Amino acid sequence: MGMRKVAVVGAGMTKFVRRALETGKELAFEAAKMALDSCELTLQQVDCVVHGTAPDAFDGVHMKGEYLADGSGAWRKPYTRCYVGGGTGVFAPIHGWYHVASGLFDICLVVCEEKMSSCQPHPQGAFLTIFDHTTERPLGPNLLWIFALEMNRYMHTYGLSKRDIALVSVKNKRNAADHPCSLLGDREITVEDVLNSEVLAWPVQRLDVSPVTDGAVAVVLAAEHVARRITDKPVWIEGVGWNLDTTYWTNRDLCYPRYVENAARMAYEMAGISEPRKQIHIAEPYDPFDYKELHHLEGLLLFDRGKAPEATALGITQRDGDLPVCPSGGLLGVGNPIAAAGLMKVAELFWQLRGEAGARQVPGQPRRGVAQAWGDLMQVGTVIVMGV
Amino acid sequence: MMTAQIKEFPGVGLRESDFEQRKVLYTEWVPNARYAWDAGVAIGRYLAELKEGRLIGVRCRHCRRTVIPPRVFCEWCFRPMDEWVPLPDTGTVNTFSLCYVTWDMRRLTEPEIPAVIDIDGTHPPVGILHLLGEVEPQAVQIGMRVQAVWKPPEERTGSILDIRYFRPVREG
Repeated sequence: MGMRKVAVVGAGMTKFVRRALETGKELAFEAAKMALDSCELTLQQVDCVVHGTAPDAFDGVHMKGEYLADGSGAWRKPYTRCYVGGGTGVFAPIHGWYHVASGLFDICLVVCEEKMSSCQPHPQGAFLTIFDHTTERPLGPNLLWIFALEMNRYMHTYGLSKRDIALVSVKNKRNAADHPCSLLGDREITVEDVLNSEVLAWPVQRLDVSPVTDGAVAVVLAAEHVARRITDKPVWIEGVGWNLDTTYWTNRDLCYPRYVENAARMAYEMAGISEPRKQIHIAEPYDPFDYKELHHLEGLLLFDRGKAPEATALGITQRDGDLPVCPSGGLLGVGNPIAAAGLMKVAELFWQLRGEAGARQVPGQPRRGVAQAWGDLMQVGTVIVMGV
Repeated sequence: MMTAQIKEFPGVGLRESDFEQRKVLYTEWVPNARYAWDAGVAIGRYLAELKEGRLIGVRCRHCRRTVIPPRVFCEWCFRPMDEWVPLPDTGTVNTFSLCYVTWDMRRLTEPEIPAVIDIDGTHPPVGILHLLGEVEPQAVQIGMRVQAVWKPPEERTGSILDIRYFRPVREG
């Protein structure tokens, strides 16, 4: 297709915390600086900057992307902010990828920042306007409704129990105990803890949900000829995909994320992947709720529909299983600063595929991974395939 | 060597109490954002029919589907919809939740029961978001048959709230 090969050559991140002392700009700077330092680049060598961050309403700052630009290293550079809801964290590196793959730029710095704690009394207030203003908002919906409705439909369709799904939360929070930046890592958590946690919107309980979080993550992308000079361990972006379903969400079957499948097929085709179950060695699907990991594993075609829970119960998705899923600890464990959470998954693949993930390292020298994010009105899928 | 080598990651977490007791500096701003939305062609008709105690959908002959809420174009084939279709006010619970919290995480003693209700006469079956009422929370099931409970005509304003909620269909 006449596109250049693009590699991830550096990554950095801040701690994920419930409320950060630092401002968004400061968090963005910390992550961006760490990413540049990790591959020994200076800002001068960066041709363009891509920023990903969730709604302006979180921060109460119009043109929030522009406000954060200085912290992201964008001073007097070609700069764009992209935003596709919860899918932003994986879309931002895709956005950076086409800047470089097209030949327009050689080095792109991708920064994702989220500071959810500013929005009072709860950041959910910034999301409520996603519902239709005439046909839905008068009913007083809150965001948990759509997750609960989707989770219940998923459980009903495949005859799943709460216990089947709680295993995901346990796995990810335990994995996160090995992540130095995690907010909710917990080596001791059990299925009973999840099942006994406070009911929010049945079937969703407190420990089924990822936390409100502040944090930032950055990666550096480089064209092939530059990447090979920067590092002897480039991690290639082999395929990208994204896809959006209808806003008439009550007209869809909520048991299966077709839009994730479409995004995955686009990315797999580009990466030359015909048998994802054999060719993908690590998966970092989006897990803001425990059932979402299962939902997305099926949408990513890594398990048959309704079969991801069984694979989880069998230990296949454990860090030392046949298909490690969210070895980072995911959003459930590390935390969920929306856009930064998605890019954290891309950074995790970068570290895992280079064999640099420390205590989180997946055994067996994994050579290819997939990261995916999701968002909007249960609507968007963004997928990236990376390999060495 | 990245994470394995880095000893200290940046970022300082605050305690909730530090924030609440103003031990850290911050500023506050309350936005004043007011909107008046046009209902539009399709939803305008939908609201007018709700005021009369009726549900209405639209049909796309090309895609052979009848959907609600109504829209002026079919997002599948991207043609104008072909006709209005009066629909009954009965349906089937597609999925539901028992919600014990408000959006800002205050507890509710009695749960709200939001549901997607597949409306009879749509094809393939599609639903709308509404609430369930006159039912024990623990008795709600996916597949349950339900019917709209309307406000009296003089209280209707042309709003989705002209339906108070959906309740189980009483057999016989």
